[in-house]
Amino acid sequence: MKALGTTLRAELVGAGGVVERNFYLTKRYIWWDLAWFFWTVANTLTIVFIAQGIEATGGDIDVNTVATSLLIGAVVWAYLGVLFEFLMETVAWERWEGTIEYTFMAPLSRAMHLAGQGVFAISYGLLRAVFLFTACFLFFDLSTPDANFLAAFIVLAIASISFIGIGVMTSVLPLISPEKGTQLGFVAQGTLLVVSGVYYPVEVLPTWMQWIAKFSPATYALEGAREAILDGAPLSAMWDEIWPLLIIGAVSIPLGLWVFSRGELYAKKHGKLKRSG
Amino acid sequence: MIDIQGAALMEAVPRRLDPAVEVDELRKEFRRSDGKRRRGERRMRVALDSVSFTMEKGETVAILGQNGSGKSTLVRLLSTLLLPDGGTARILGHDVVTDGRAVRHLVNRVSVEASFFKRMSAAENLGYAARYYGMTSKETRDKIPAILERVGFPSDRRDEPMQNLSRGMQQKVALARALLTSPVVLLLDEPTTGLDPRSKLEVQEFIREIRTTHDSTILLCTHDLAEAETLAERIGILDRGRLLALEPVEDLKRRYGAKTLEEAFFAATGREFEAEGDEDDDREVFA
Repeated sequence: MKALGTTLRAELVGAGGVVERNFYLTKRYIWWDLAWFFWTVANTLTIVFIAQGIEATGGDIDVNTVATSLLIGAVVWAYLGVLFEFLMETVAWERWEGTIEYTFMAPLSRAMHLAGQGVFAISYGLLRAVFLFTACFLFFDLSTPDANFLAAFIVLAIASISFIGIGVMTSVLPLISPEKGTQLGFVAQGTLLVVSGVYYPVEVLPTWMQWIAKFSPATYALEGAREAILDGAPLSAMWDEIWPLLIIGAVSIPLGLWVFSRGELYAKKHGKLKRSG
Repeated sequence: MIDIQGAALMEAVPRRLDPAVEVDELRKEFRRSDGKRRRGERRMRVALDSVSFTMEKGETVAILGQNGSGKSTLVRLLSTLLLPDGGTARILGHDVVTDGRAVRHLVNRVSVEASFFKRMSAAENLGYAARYYGMTSKETRDKIPAILERVGFPSDRRDEPMQNLSRGMQQKVALARALLTSPVVLLLDEPTTGLDPRSKLEVQEFIREIRTTHDSTILLCTHDLAEAETLAERIGILDRGRLLALEPVEDLKRRYGAKTLEEAFFAATGREFEAEGDEDDDREVFA
C-alpha cells in the first residue's frame, strides 16, 4: 500500500513536471504568446463584426444576441484550438527540440505525461478564453443581463475532458508519421469546426453532418455556453448538454490513451521515436 | 552511490547476482526505402544481428564501430526506445520489453545531440526532467546547482537559455541531467563527437570521475579509438550489426596480432576506420 502511494506520488510529481516545463516554455516565448493573443483578438473582432455588417446591409437581426452568439463561438473555438495544439504538440514539439527520446525513456507513465499536458492546456486555455471574451465583450459593449457566466465556465470545463480525450487520439498521429500526422490533426480539428455549430446552429447543416455533430463535444459545449450566457440558464437546466459531454469524456479518455499506447508501440517497433530537428 | 528516488523505484531494485547488462541474441531490423524498387516497396536492413554480451556492475565497456554499425540501435534498445525483433536484453535482471518501467528507473543516457528545450535554461531543463523521475523541487533545489558545479558548469550561466551555450557546455548539462537521476546503468552514445578538443577532454575527464566516484555501469558507444582505449575496461567491435569481439584492449590486439587498436579494428572488420552512412538514415522516420 505504501509503495502504491509512493508510486502515485512520483507519478503526480512527474505530471507536475510536464506542467512546469510548459510554464517555462510559455514564459520563454511570452512575446510570441502575446502576439498570438493579439491575432486571436483581431480575428474574433472580425467575426463578431459580421453581426453589425448584416444589420448595416439591411438584415433584420437582434445585433446584440447574434454578436454575443458569434463571440461565444469564436472564444470556444479559440479555446479548443489551444487544447488541440498543446496535445498535438506533445510529440511534434519534442521531436523538433530533440527531447522526445528523453521524455519517452523516463519512468513516467504515458497517462500521467498526457494528463500533465492536458492540465496545463486547460489552465492556459481557460485563462486565455476569459481574457479573450472579456476584451471583445467590452469592445462591443454587449449586454447580457441574465448571463450565468459561472455555469458557462463549468460547462466548458466539463467539455475539456472530452476535448482532451480526442486531442490525445490526434496527438498520436505525429508519433506514427511525423509530417502526415500533424496534417491529419488539422483535418480532425477542421472537421469539428464545420460540424459543431461554432458560428451557426447545427440545424442548418446537412443531415449527415448533423449526425456527426452528435459525436462532437464542441456541439454540446457551445449549446451549453450559449444557453448560460444568452438565456441565463442554470447548470441544472443544462443536463441535456452535460450528460453527452460526460459520456464522450468517459469513452474518449481511455480510448485516447489506448490509441496512444498502440501508436507508441508502433513507433518503438519501427524506430520512429526519434528527433527530427 | 545509487540513490534511488523513493519507493516508486522499489520495482526497479537490482536483483542479487544479476549482471548489470545482459544481452542475448538481440536482433533489430528496419524497413528501408529502396530507390531501385517500385514506390512503396521496402527491404529489410539488419541493424543488430544476434548480439550477445554481459556487463558486470561497475564495469565500463566501450562499443567501437563506424557510423551505421548498430551502436545507437543498441543504446536505444537498452533504453526502451526501440522494441527488438528477436533476443532479449536485461538491465539488472529486468527485461527491457516486459519490464520497461523498471528499466527506465535504472537507466539514463547521454547522446551525441544536445537534446534540450533550447529557449529554456540549464536549471529549467534539469528541473522538469528530474520531475519525470519523481524528484520534487525540494529535492532538486540543492542537487541541481551541486551537480552542475560538479560537471564544471559556471554558476552564473545556470539561468541562461541553452541556445546561448557552446556544444561543450550543453554536453556537460546533458551529463548532469543523466547523473541527476542516479542511474545504475549509464548509456553514453558518442558523448564527445563534435566537441572541440578542450571540451572533449573535459567530458572524458568527467566520465573517468564517474567511474571512480559513482557506482554506475557505463556502456560507451563511440567511434573514437583513443577514447575507447582510455576509458573502458573492455572494448567491443561492432560491425554491420554484428559484435565481432568484446575483450580488454590488450587481448584484442593479441587476438588480431595488432600493435594498435586501429590495426585490430581493421583486422577484425576488414575495413578502414572511416565514416559511412548514418544508421538513422535507414529508418522511416520521415515516412
